Amino acid sequence: MTARIGVVTFPGSLDDRDAQRAVRLAGAEPVALWHRDKDLHQVDAVVLPGGFSYGDYLRCGAISRFSPVMDTVIEQAKSGLPVLGICNGFQVLCESHLLPGALTRNDSLHFVCRDQRLRIENTDTAWTSAYVPNAEITVPLKNGEGRFVADERTLDQLEAEGRVVARYLDVNPNGSYRDIAGISNAAGNVVGLMPHPEHAIEPLTGPGTEGLGFFASILKQLVSA
Amino acid sequence: MARVVVDVMLKPEILDPQGQAVQRALPRLGFSGIADVRQGKRFELELEGPVDEAALARIREAAETFLANTVIEDFTVRVEEK
Repeated sequence: MTARIGVVTFPGSLDDRDAQRAVRLAGAEPVALWHRDKDLHQVDAVVLPGGFSYGDYLRCGAISRFSPVMDTVIEQAKSGLPVLGICNGFQVLCESHLLPGALTRNDSLHFVCRDQRLRIENTDTAWTSAYVPNAEITVPLKNGEGRFVADERTLDQLEAEGRVVARYLDVNPNGSYRDIAGISNAAGNVVGLMPHPEHAIEPLTGPGTEGLGFFASILKQLVSA
Repeated sequence: MARVVVDVMLKPEILDPQGQAVQRALPRLGFSGIADVRQGKRFELELEGPVDEAALARIREAAETFLANTVIEDFTVRVEEK
């Protein structure tokens, strides 16, 4: 049976189709989920894609966090449903308190768009198991409010528990504390990532195919489960 | 109608690059002697009913769960006399 991976579309989402395509290229069946629908249609995992949900009014991800679909995502994520939030999706996960910390305005105040090198530091999560430990990959990054912040105690806890999933290499593009590009929850089923692996799945349209590992990881986990 | 004002500010320990950009511009415009600038948000809520303790409690709850992200922001709630 093919794994079914839901991709939520909020008003303003713009990377939902790219995420669906990445899911398909990894070998799973993408399922389009609508933000008003509480039903997850029996998907095995959920991707919250990038974009500007609800125009990012108030704060990035703050209004989408209260979409009906998120009630179900939050509830099921707490009991183990794998959820990957990319960029705006990462912001939604922090606003939902499924992940600690918050994403704030880049320290440069500039919108940054570049191919970003990352180190994958935790390969035990649902979304990173296809990478070799400390793999260095390049995927696109594009954000205006991508600066990960949390208090020192939370940062220390994330480091101690190995929950820093990805860290920026070469350049810290937005001033994120401790160069953090992505984190996971304690159980490892929920991962938030600021750069965009779904844009690095085909050589024609991205810097390479090194982002595919996120989608291959979840497929591997679902098939072996 | 009564007005309740919710002011939301980034916590002091969170970098405010917008406030810093404003601060850097002030001397260029001839406004000297300003040591620091922090930029926040102000919400003006017009209430349909009276501003009693129950209404204020609901607004505090809205501020805490929605208007502010208390991971990075502080807020104050006050009634504005008109």
